[in-house]
Amino acid sequence: MKSLSAAGLLILLTGCASVPVEHAADRVVLLPGPDGRLGKLAVTSSAGATVLDQAYGIAAVSTAGKVANSRGDEAVVRRDFATTLAALPPRPVSHTLYFEHDSDRLTPASEVAAQAILVEIAARPVADIIVIGHTDTVGELVYNDQLSLQRANAVRARLIQLGGAAGRISAAGRGERELAVETRDDMHEPRNRRAELNVR
Amino acid sequence: MSKHYYTYVPYGRWENTAMPLHVVTTFWATILWLGVTVAMGGYACAAETTGIIKTLQGTVSVERAGTTLPAQLGASVLEADQIVTGGDGSVGVTFQDNSLLSLGPNSRLAIAHFNFDSTTHDGNFETVLTRGKLAVISGKIAKHQQDAMKVRTPSSILGVRGTEFLVEVTAP
Repeated sequence: MKSLSAAGLLILLTGCASVPVEHAADRVVLLPGPDGRLGKLAVTSSAGATVLDQAYGIAAVSTAGKVANSRGDEAVVRRDFATTLAALPPRPVSHTLYFEHDSDRLTPASEVAAQAILVEIAARPVADIIVIGHTDTVGELVYNDQLSLQRANAVRARLIQLGGAAGRISAAGRGERELAVETRDDMHEPRNRRAELNVR
Repeated sequence: MSKHYYTYVPYGRWENTAMPLHVVTTFWATILWLGVTVAMGGYACAAETTGIIKTLQGTVSVERAGTTLPAQLGASVLEADQIVTGGDGSVGVTFQDNSLLSLGPNSRLAIAHFNFDSTTHDGNFETVLTRGKLAVISGKIAKHQQDAMKVRTPSSILGVRGTEFLVEVTAP
């Protein structure tokens, strides 16, 4: 009888201990960026406010609006939000590929880089890709407009060949109108003979 | 247009009679007015793409102007849409400003406001999470202007200052 009431008391105590005083309505967790860089997040409720600026810092907001800060555990956070984190789309990326003089053929160095880049891009789920071709200032404006578009189209064709969806890949030429390196007219400049790929 | 129209006479009978001129005029004026209103309304409401669905698992739907559509990979998300995931659902959206958002199971997110100037990077982006789990990697709007990106929940407002974060709303 004595042990039974002791057990009852224990249940009562633990039962009380597991019921939070206030129901936590929101949980907000700040994540570090891919390079470890941290931004800030201001959390404001009807009855409190805080700014999260530490990696895995947590703000718990109760239904009554109370804001409580704590430091979360990376493994626990990643487990609790595993499905949500897995659903994040891949980060948008930009790449630049360089071309031989007066040609839509990539330079040997860019050709090496292009293999991995183009395969990765073409394999992205429903990637939207914009390819913009450029030239240096050698040659006529009109000729360069055409050459830059030819460069963009060459990259686009390769992406499609690798399985990229044609309808989601656009190509445009900017000629010598948007130089990476400012030069006077009629200047050979390998860094201007390029195509930019914006992928998201 | 018929020269005759039906006039209601008592006791539930309709009688075929000649249509007076002013009724015809009013009829066409109304049609014209309706047409103009619909055209203007359509213009004002011409919703632009704010984001594209890039990842999709399980049951996910998009509620738009009173209708519920199944979510599809590559489909657009518009301002005022609500994205709803089922118990087996998750979805990821890439927005025009490169913001990335994803929802876990049993979640509901409204795209309350989205506008973005791709030249100046001015804009504002506001979503409302009423239940479930949300992951955010902020984009150009939040980078350009502090607190131009906001996430609301029933009990708080999150002002984003160029960052990545998670939010969970537990239904009371």
